[in-house]
Amino acid sequence: MDFGFKLSPSSAVNLDNVNLEKFEELHRMEPDVYKCMACGSCSSTCPAGRFSGMSLRKVILALQRGKEKEATAMMRNCMLCGKCTMVCPRGINTRHLILSICRIYNGEEK
Amino acid sequence: MRERFLTGYNDFVLPFVCGMLFVLIYCLVGMIRIIMQLPAQDRKRFFISLVTPKTMAKNIKDIFLKCLIHVDLWKRNKLLGYMHSSIAFGWFMLILVGHIEVLLYTSNLGAKALYYPIFFRYFVAETESTMKGSLIFFLMDFFLLIVLSGIALAMIKRIRSRIFGMRRTTNPSFLDLVGLYSLWAIFPLRLLAESFTADISGGSFLTKSLNYVFTEFLSNHANMLPAWWAYSCALGVFFFVLPFSRYMHIPTEILLIPLRNAGIRIVNARKGLAKAQVYSCPGCGLCIDACPMGVLKGNIKDTTVYLNRQIRRNNEARIEEISDKCLLCGKCTAVCPVGVEGDRLRIAQRSVRKYNFGPDYSNIDSLKEAENCNKFVINSNNIVSSSDNEKVLYFAGCMTALTPVIREKTVSILEKAGIEYEFMDKDGGLCCGRPMLMAGRLEQAAQLVEKNTEIIMNSGADTLLLSCPICYRIFRENYSLPGIEVIHHTEYFERLVFSGRIRVSKGNTKYVFHDPCELGRGCGVYEQPRNVISAAGELVEAARNRKESICCGGSLGSLTLGFDKRKAMTENALANLTAASPDRIVTACPLCMSTFGRYSDRPVEDIAQVLDRCSVPGRL
Repeated sequence: MDFGFKLSPSSAVNLDNVNLEKFEELHRMEPDVYKCMACGSCSSTCPAGRFSGMSLRKVILALQRGKEKEATAMMRNCMLCGKCTMVCPRGINTRHLILSICRIYNGEEK
Repeated sequence: MRERFLTGYNDFVLPFVCGMLFVLIYCLVGMIRIIMQLPAQDRKRFFISLVTPKTMAKNIKDIFLKCLIHVDLWKRNKLLGYMHSSIAFGWFMLILVGHIEVLLYTSNLGAKALYYPIFFRYFVAETESTMKGSLIFFLMDFFLLIVLSGIALAMIKRIRSRIFGMRRTTNPSFLDLVGLYSLWAIFPLRLLAESFTADISGGSFLTKSLNYVFTEFLSNHANMLPAWWAYSCALGVFFFVLPFSRYMHIPTEILLIPLRNAGIRIVNARKGLAKAQVYSCPGCGLCIDACPMGVLKGNIKDTTVYLNRQIRRNNEARIEEISDKCLLCGKCTAVCPVGVEGDRLRIAQRSVRKYNFGPDYSNIDSLKEAENCNKFVINSNNIVSSSDNEKVLYFAGCMTALTPVIREKTVSILEKAGIEYEFMDKDGGLCCGRPMLMAGRLEQAAQLVEKNTEIIMNSGADTLLLSCPICYRIFRENYSLPGIEVIHHTEYFERLVFSGRIRVSKGNTKYVFHDPCELGRGCGVYEQPRNVISAAGELVEAARNRKESICCGGSLGSLTLGFDKRKAMTENALANLTAASPDRIVTACPLCMSTFGRYSDRPVEDIAQVLDRCSVPGRL
């Protein structure tokens, strides 16, 4: 059937094929990761955004969808300055979250 | 004096001699290990400092004043100071006078030198000539009395520490308790033992009088030997538990002081200086009352004294928990009587953590960044405009970006004073690296330092003005910016006010100044902000200020504390600030300002806001 549009395969997220083991580990370490409501406050204030496109909102979403490489590439220029922690309306300890991601995920693989 | 026994030996000396030899060997091996663990450069520096007359004199002075007299404790609380110095100095004098006595009255010591100075009175008898030594008899009894008074105070302190100015004290471990009770037992047993022999070997006002008063019991020589055995056993037990209890601080501090005076910094998290600091911790617990996290009872076990204990036990899980929780306000370091650097020790623990990947800033083009802030550079050869004015590069910092009012007011003041300035991070710059450093990721922090250095060196400025004390600290400690003066806005404002470049009109508002951790304890800036505020209004002081100011609770130092846990700390710090009921709270840190602003019942301002409101352009 042709709807006149289609999803481009590269951005399609197929959760059936996503291994969320690492995300679950992250969730055990950082229960607050599910508190994120993707408001984007962290992204708008992030000084690393203009260098590596860092956006913690996107990082969390990407990790949930199994796009590890994309997420870790964004985090490449994070300076851990703590602005995101200060502005988060949900009070998520974003700095520790970022450090935990660095511990659990591998930046290089895939 | 003449010797009572031909052999000059009795079995009861064995517990003491074994214990003492054990401690001496243990400390010698430990000392060599710590020195060998130092990086080669530091070791060389240490040895050189040992033979430099200036540091040599300072070492001797510090060891005398800190280890024996405990001057820092005297400054804190007279009773606490007396308790510690009476035991330490009194015991030292007992040992010293004991040795003098032995040297004066005996010859051919040999192996007896090991125990004679301690058990001298058992082995000798008074003779006609003894009265010449009455001064020594008196001194021995006098210092024994001093020590006993210290022990009595120590017992009272266990029950009522508040009299000594301490709200909370450390919970001792099992071996600490064994050491404690044996230490308490040593001196009363010595008194008892010497009282038994006072009618044979002489004594002074204490031992001799006791011998007379309880003559029935004490003159019975059958009781004599058990008392000397008990005394020796107490000493032996104390020496055997010493390396495994907090009393290890006694020998270690003697090593730590020269290490510190040599200017050595913590490099390895567990070895070298860090090890010396951990073992120097006397477990006194002054850091417990000092810690701003202590308002929540659950955090008491996360203070520096417990960190040291867990490091000694290699309890990795707890070490990680304790070092990640800390706000790194540095107050424990400021109050510590032996100089354990709780904040640096924790950063070192954080630095050994393993991460799979980390940030990398090689993609950031610092030359391109520098183009945004090089208005002082005229042509491509980095020639700087040659006006006589100072060329100020203003780096507001990440946290100031969240409180733009500070930047706005600072700029307004700079314009009033007619200063030539340029923004370094108008549209968001790089982070200074201090938050990264505090998280223990030293390599990444060094990369940020390098990038920022390139930007600043290419800007053509000669002064770097900072609004944020967090930045200020790392710029002072880790950056090398030849030809550029790094200055915090409080210091700069003071200069502007007192050089007359801006005129301040004094109002009658009551201000209290909160010393931000990184500015006060971190960089030692206390007077300048106070001078500025005093020029603009009435300055009142907080209950605890300057070196002992209480962290606002917002610190970036803590990795694990969430917002909910910090609230109690902020409220406690606010209560401390408002003790003198000021109209406004003034601080000089954007992070403190936003943290206090969240819960304060009165306006919280940055010093730039105060100064801008009260000032007009001065003579140019």
